[in-house]
Amino acid sequence: MADTSPLNAQRPRRLRQTSLMMEVGIVIVIALLILFVVPLLLTAFGQEFRINMLGRFMALAIVALGIDLIWGYTGMLSLGHGVFFSLGGYAFAMFLQLQLPEGELPEFFTLYGVTELPFFWQPFHSLPFALAALILIPALVAALLGYLVFRNRIRGVYFSILTQASLIVFFHFFNSQQELINGTNGLKTDTAKIFDVYAGSDQAQSVFYTLTVVGLVLAYGLCRWLTSGRLGKLLIAIRDDESRVRFSGYNPTGYKVLVFAVSAGLAGIAGALYTVQSGIISPKTMDIAFSIEMVIWVAVGGRASLVGAVLGALTVNFAKSILSEQFPEIWLFFQGALFLIVVTVLPGGFVGWLRTQGQDLFRSLIGRRRRLMTYPRLAEDPEVEYERQNLRN
Amino acid sequence: MSDKILEIENLTVSFDGFKALNQLNFSMEAGELRVIIGPNGAGKTTFLDVITGKVQPTTGRALFKGKNLRSKSEHRISRLGIGRKFQTPRVYLKLTPRENLDLSCNRHKNVWATLLGRPAQSERRTVAGLLDTIGLATKSDIPAELLSHGEKQRLEIGMLVAQSPDLLLVDEPVAGLTDEETENVGNLLLTLAEDHSIIVIEHDMEFVRQIARQVTVLHQGAVLCEGSMEEVQRNPQVIEVYLGQPEDSDG
Ligand SMILES: Nc1ncnc2c1ncn2[C@@H]1O[C@H](COP(=O)(O)OP(=O)(O)OP(=O)(O)O)[C@@H](O)[C@H]1O
Ligand SMILES: [Mg+2]
Repeated sequence: MADTSPLNAQRPRRLRQTSLMMEVGIVIVIALLILFVVPLLLTAFGQEFRINMLGRFMALAIVALGIDLIWGYTGMLSLGHGVFFSLGGYAFAMFLQLQLPEGELPEFFTLYGVTELPFFWQPFHSLPFALAALILIPALVAALLGYLVFRNRIRGVYFSILTQASLIVFFHFFNSQQELINGTNGLKTDTAKIFDVYAGSDQAQSVFYTLTVVGLVLAYGLCRWLTSGRLGKLLIAIRDDESRVRFSGYNPTGYKVLVFAVSAGLAGIAGALYTVQSGIISPKTMDIAFSIEMVIWVAVGGRASLVGAVLGALTVNFAKSILSEQFPEIWLFFQGALFLIVVTVLPGGFVGWLRTQGQDLFRSLIGRRRRLMTYPRLAEDPEVEYERQNLRN
Repeated sequence: MSDKILEIENLTVSFDGFKALNQLNFSMEAGELRVIIGPNGAGKTTFLDVITGKVQPTTGRALFKGKNLRSKSEHRISRLGIGRKFQTPRVYLKLTPRENLDLSCNRHKNVWATLLGRPAQSERRTVAGLLDTIGLATKSDIPAELLSHGEKQRLEIGMLVAQSPDLLLVDEPVAGLTDEETENVGNLLLTLAEDHSIIVIEHDMEFVRQIARQVTVLHQGAVLCEGSMEEVQRNPQVIEVYLGQPEDSDG
């Protein structure tokens, strides 16, 4: 055994490199298909409106990646990601609302008799500021909240309750401040002009669609990078036994703050992309139900699997829109049932199932033997092999 | 500078009035292998909890290499050079033994270093060496949840060593192991004792005889007696509260 060990140490690394290249290739191919082929196909089948739907759901998939990062990998269940999603959406909507001739105010202000732009609107005249803000504001809010919570070792259910409580606080703030951000009505974006075209126009929408695909790919890459390597292993260690991590010399607080902030930043990006494709952002995205739905997407797709999170967000949302077109009254029951099924029958979600029973099922369908669960190196051990061959009788 | 690695002075820990440790005094030289024995509930685990920062002492203090450990958090104490193995093995079940060891081995444990750094060649070699030492080389890349109880115990000791601490605190390393495994762990600890200071807590007297040089007996939160294995075994108080009547000694 001893003389093969350098080989063994070398091979996995080279294998890992090739499989990484494969993965990059696959992601790029899928992205190109979604960019160029899928819209053509949908148009050909007279389903043009689904292009916009796909764009919005891919934006939601970005939130799902963030939820997967903190919940699937790090074990912190946030029920308040609607806050970060909305902060991103509002940040970009404010920029769009301000795309007006010099001296004019967004229309809703005049309804409430506001004659001067509130101070915090001022910087949103600038596109670079708005772009930075839609990521950094949610990330900073999360970092601050997270720091206070994690430093005091608040975990588990208490963390979830706190995130939900902050969701309620933000909801009421946005909902009640008519003079500042148009309260319940929210901010419309489709009639705003950006680079001389209406944000709701086909031309702008196809740009937003492209940006969403690019954003999703980048978000996937970021999460992939964060979860591979040491940091990723440490996140799993924090999830499985946080106090043990402390005794190994790590302070979990910093890691959890980082992951929570990244996840909030992703939600911010998603919120902005979703807003421009649906034409409006309103406090409705801070409904408790919406934040819980985000968790359901990840649970259905598969916790601690990035592909699972993306697939979960896309399938659940498409199922939702198709089912609610056909049978508007049963969708909520269906969603509840889906969640129950996943929790009871498929605790690892769809991808978790694929990795275990699904593979066995597939193998038996194509007539191959089931995999044996064994120690891989042990299976190759010549001594073990010898025993197996000769001592069977 | 004294070469006492650990000094405990008048340490009292009370949980709602119940004194788990009561005016405990204890000290240990650098390089020593010390075994602590005592009946259930004597306060042995609580003693380690205080040293590692999990529990704050009500009164008294603990000094590690002359530094007061009071109100230092667990990760700071760990970085000072104190490693701890828990009574029930606590390894990261979803990670492989190699990853478990790599996390402990990491020299720079702040967020950015962990995010951006790659395992150094030397660290990778340390991990491979440790996997051999703890006898898990063939199982280095399967999830730790598939390991047997004994393998988990050894893996956790490996994780301690990977931290390269100066003081190892080992709580019941052979509980639930077969005789053969017990002897393996004993030999492992004896090897480690060559260049570490170690405190071992154990109930298995056979095992204690295998490794013990100096033994401390805890009872009701205080030190009952201290000395070599023979001295302790002959002490009538120890026989009464812990060992029971010697059946036929040296059997
Ligand atoms: N957090 C706590 N709150 C209240 N009582 C505690 C706490 N931790 C320990 N105790 C009590 O302190 C006493 C000492 O416990 P400790 O775990 O230190 O015993 P031990 O010597 O390790 O015993 P064993 O040999 O069974 O492991 C016990 O009576 C225990 O119930
Ligand atoms: Mg104990």
